[in-house]
Amino acid sequence: MEEITLSLNGLQLTGKPGTTILELAQQNDISIPTLCYDPHLKPAGACRVCLVENEATGVLLASCVTPIAAGMVINTESPKVIEARRTVVELLLASHPDACIICDEGSNCELGKIAADLEISEVRYTPMRHYYPIEDTNPFIERDLTKCILCGKCIRGCQELQEVGAIDYAYRGFDSMPATSLEVPLEQSPCIFCGLCVTLCPTGALSEKMRKDKGRETRRVRTICPYCGCGCGIYLDIRDQEVIGVSPDGDNPVNNICLCVKGRFGYDFINHKDRLTTPLVRRNGNLEEASWDEALDLVASKLQQIRDESGADSIACLSSAKSTNEENYLMQKFARAVVGTNNVDHCARLCHASTVAGLASSYGSGAMTNSIAEIEDADVILVTGSNTTENHPIISIRVKRAVRKGAKLIVVDPRKIDLTKYATLWLRQNLGTDVAWLNGMMHIIIEEGLWDEDYVKTRTENFDALKETVKKYTPEFVEKVTGIPQDMLREAARIYASGKKASILFAMGITQHSTGTDNVKSIANLAMLCGNVGIESAGVNPLRGQNNVQGACDMGALPNVFPGYQAVGDQQVVSKFETAWGKKLSTNPGLTVVEMMNAAEEGKIRAMYLMGENPMISDPDLKHVEAALKKLDFLVVQDIFLTEAAELADVVLPAVTFAERDGTFTNTERKVQRIREAINPVGEARPDWQIICQLASRMGDDMNYQHPSEIMEEIAKLTPSYGGIYYDRLENGGLQWPCPDREHPGTKYLHKDRFTRGLGLFQAIEYIPPAEMPDEDYPYFLSTGRVYYHFHTGSMTRRSQGLDEIYPHALAEINPADARELGVEDGAMVKVTSRRGEVEVEAMLTERVPQGMIFMSFHFSEAAANVLTNPALDPVAKIPELKVCAVRVEKA
Amino acid sequence: MQVTAIDQGKLEQVLTKYEGQEGVLISVLQEVQGEFGYVPKEVIENIAGALKLFPSQVYGVVTFYAQFYLTPRGRNTIKVCEGTACHVQGATSVLRELKTKLGVAEGGTTDDLKFNLESVRCLGTCFLAPVVMINQDYYGKLQPRDIEDIIKHYD
Ligand code: SF4
Ligand code: SF4
Ligand code: SF4
Ligand code: FES
Ligand code: FES
Repeated sequence: MEEITLSLNGLQLTGKPGTTILELAQQNDISIPTLCYDPHLKPAGACRVCLVENEATGVLLASCVTPIAAGMVINTESPKVIEARRTVVELLLASHPDACIICDEGSNCELGKIAADLEISEVRYTPMRHYYPIEDTNPFIERDLTKCILCGKCIRGCQELQEVGAIDYAYRGFDSMPATSLEVPLEQSPCIFCGLCVTLCPTGALSEKMRKDKGRETRRVRTICPYCGCGCGIYLDIRDQEVIGVSPDGDNPVNNICLCVKGRFGYDFINHKDRLTTPLVRRNGNLEEASWDEALDLVASKLQQIRDESGADSIACLSSAKSTNEENYLMQKFARAVVGTNNVDHCARLCHASTVAGLASSYGSGAMTNSIAEIEDADVILVTGSNTTENHPIISIRVKRAVRKGAKLIVVDPRKIDLTKYATLWLRQNLGTDVAWLNGMMHIIIEEGLWDEDYVKTRTENFDALKETVKKYTPEFVEKVTGIPQDMLREAARIYASGKKASILFAMGITQHSTGTDNVKSIANLAMLCGNVGIESAGVNPLRGQNNVQGACDMGALPNVFPGYQAVGDQQVVSKFETAWGKKLSTNPGLTVVEMMNAAEEGKIRAMYLMGENPMISDPDLKHVEAALKKLDFLVVQDIFLTEAAELADVVLPAVTFAERDGTFTNTERKVQRIREAINPVGEARPDWQIICQLASRMGDDMNYQHPSEIMEEIAKLTPSYGGIYYDRLENGGLQWPCPDREHPGTKYLHKDRFTRGLGLFQAIEYIPPAEMPDEDYPYFLSTGRVYYHFHTGSMTRRSQGLDEIYPHALAEINPADARELGVEDGAMVKVTSRRGEVEVEAMLTERVPQGMIFMSFHFSEAAANVLTNPALDPVAKIPELKVCAVRVEKA
Repeated sequence: MQVTAIDQGKLEQVLTKYEGQEGVLISVLQEVQGEFGYVPKEVIENIAGALKLFPSQVYGVVTFYAQFYLTPRGRNTIKVCEGTACHVQGATSVLRELKTKLGVAEGGTTDDLKFNLESVRCLGTCFLAPVVMINQDYYGKLQPRDIEDIIKHYD
């Protein structure tokens, strides 16, 4: 399309049709004041501060909503403009309190800045103020609507961007104000405390409670959220050496200015008083402060001694999905090259090991095939085993936007999760029957001829075996097993097959089963059957939990593969790493997390080195874990807090948080992003990578790196999919692997034209029931998971004041009908017992869970759900069945 | 205040009629108010769900228009004129009498849902000042002591 030329402040400028006058001005560094405009929002044209004059006609225009046109002669500062702008601002000030000077917004207030620029000191109009009481009954946001200028940014952000819609304009005219439905306080509304409204508010009407009296930041550092696998871009706001707040990085395409409450307000663990500040060494049974030299010498000599006595395989290392790629790389290198064992694993074993195993065998690589932003343009989305809204908030926004754009959403989940509200169809399967309904859908799709024959013929193999197997999964049979009514299954199959770009999202509800790998393979089958892999906005998308769990897997913190999923059993691979590391390497695959615990209990593993892991909360059957850790001759724990596991350690090494180190995280969509050192290490804490290097050199192996970027250079050389990833390329945004060389732009979606393994492999899978089913003694199903306000083992979120205040203790969800039978009331304490242990927890009566099922989150050590869970393992991926076990419930 | 239980069936009927359509919120609210006499707070969420809106948006519209009420309305509406002519002729004492007799404040509704009490500006019948209008009936040249007798006629 032709460019448009016009005059702007005397300059001849050109712009694309559709550009607004404001945008053109900004592109040319001409500033126009705005109050209701934000580049992320649809323009509203509400405040009139951005007025400019078209001198060709003498008309005043709101520049944020007026597109450029040929022949315009725009003046942004004409006398007429200035006069009109003054009037607008004075009217706003007339309804604004005088107390501007003591307002917390201070020099952040846009209104104050604009008034100052216009040299307005006195208001010519009689003040007309609405005094509203300050609302601050929640831990995060203070609303002082007396200062509200009705720009509507908070409302538009909450609706358009965050898809929450907690607030809208209520009343009219002078009485108008942003309000929740029925004007309840925010914490009783659908508000999720994402903080976006505060970010957007141009005045002090909305402010952050936690930042009160903290003063203004002196520096801002661009980095990545340390919580979930979405990998949102954030800025840390810093004053001196304290992180006083977090703001969204509006330029990061992952989150686009949105965040969730954890990323936005869960930062105060960083400077928390509980941080470990010196190494601790156990003396006479007590953990006592020690010097780094003493602690490191002790660890090195103990590990060497145990290796000499019992061999390298008597030592196990647990790496961390919270640490950086560089640190994970070093940890597995430490295990393999320094200690000499493949006994290295991390908590991905407990979440997506079955994804990695399942998708690798079907497609050749085990990661999200498509990108987060692509979800928005899918025409069908199937979400199963993922409570996306609570666990991957930023991804759920994309799902909701897709629905708004007309996509059909199918949710398959036993719980009535938030997304069911947006769903065209919600199938409520019996717990642990996923292979059955997936086979059932494929049965229908094949029977009705809805599959993509062309795709199956050219891009896949082994279709006949699949066809044979799903034959007996008739809708009638599937209904009996899964409880899903036949016609609903049929409809789901038809909707999914009708999608041109059908995307499947799944998470732990699929993977944490003793049949986890089978579940994943079945999903892979379904997607291939309908030709949905290798195209934009479709695919098979496992949502990874931890900020860097994808990276920790990519870096080979797994017992059977080197970085980049190169098998430890492959002689060529082994030689490559032997040459690079200058050491002889073991070709025996190592033990996985749960196997390590078993081996420890049997005395076969004598020493363990845990980096940033807390198996005392996260692993199944905690009593057993505790017994295993206690049995060890030597336990080293490296963490930021004295976790439940650290309390059992012989040596505790203080590590730094994400705010105190440089490195990279790889988010769930395979995007490698930079995190940056923002403050000095707290106390004597050190980054994980330095600690590992210092240990290695004490054990006689020089690991010499001055900076994590040097480690990444080594990773790039040895890991084909990271071959083109260098720090200088990551300064202005991330890169998605595979990125094989320096010129490669990264890969948005996988398996285009060809699967990583060549042809996609159909695998015939039979349904197998869960390992433990309810019976007379243990009549209820227990399922576990996470909640929105907390993360993983809670060691960070539970030390975050606001998060702990709004969600202070564990709740067990119980269906009201079951509760009636049990005589349990809402808020009463119940005792939940399984074959492995018992916990007491507060009951929450809700229809979210079906009858016969209890749901508990695993964040709370005082009501640790994992005391109850079943360590039964998936035979391939060795992932435990955290999602299903049988329990008994009684009044406590 | 007496809270009438909501007839879910009636609500469903209205909602199914409009489900999934766009730009019908006002019509839905009018029909709901037609059914129940007001827009019960409890139904805001249902309406939002059926029309794929946020509850805050529904609440915003309800509060924007003077025609919608969030509390049950009385069967009869008393409008006391407080225009200049009526004011001069003693409208204030008439209003005071009504408040005492009915036991409600201005803008309120009696517990038995018999009356709403409102004050208005000039009803256009100044020659009858002070004037009170109940539903469609006008009462003029009133004295406070006339009130008791007049309200007896309404149920
Ligand atoms: S915090 Fe987020 S969800 Fe809550 S009102 Fe503000 S924008 Fe909406
Ligand atoms: S609260 Fe802030 S963002 Fe919201 S309308 Fe008022 S001034 Fe604008
Ligand atoms: S969605 Fe995940 S990455 Fe984004 S702010 Fe929340 S916890 Fe952090
Ligand atoms: S910024 Fe243009 S009207 Fe508000
Ligand atoms: S002032 Fe009362 S009717 Fe006119």
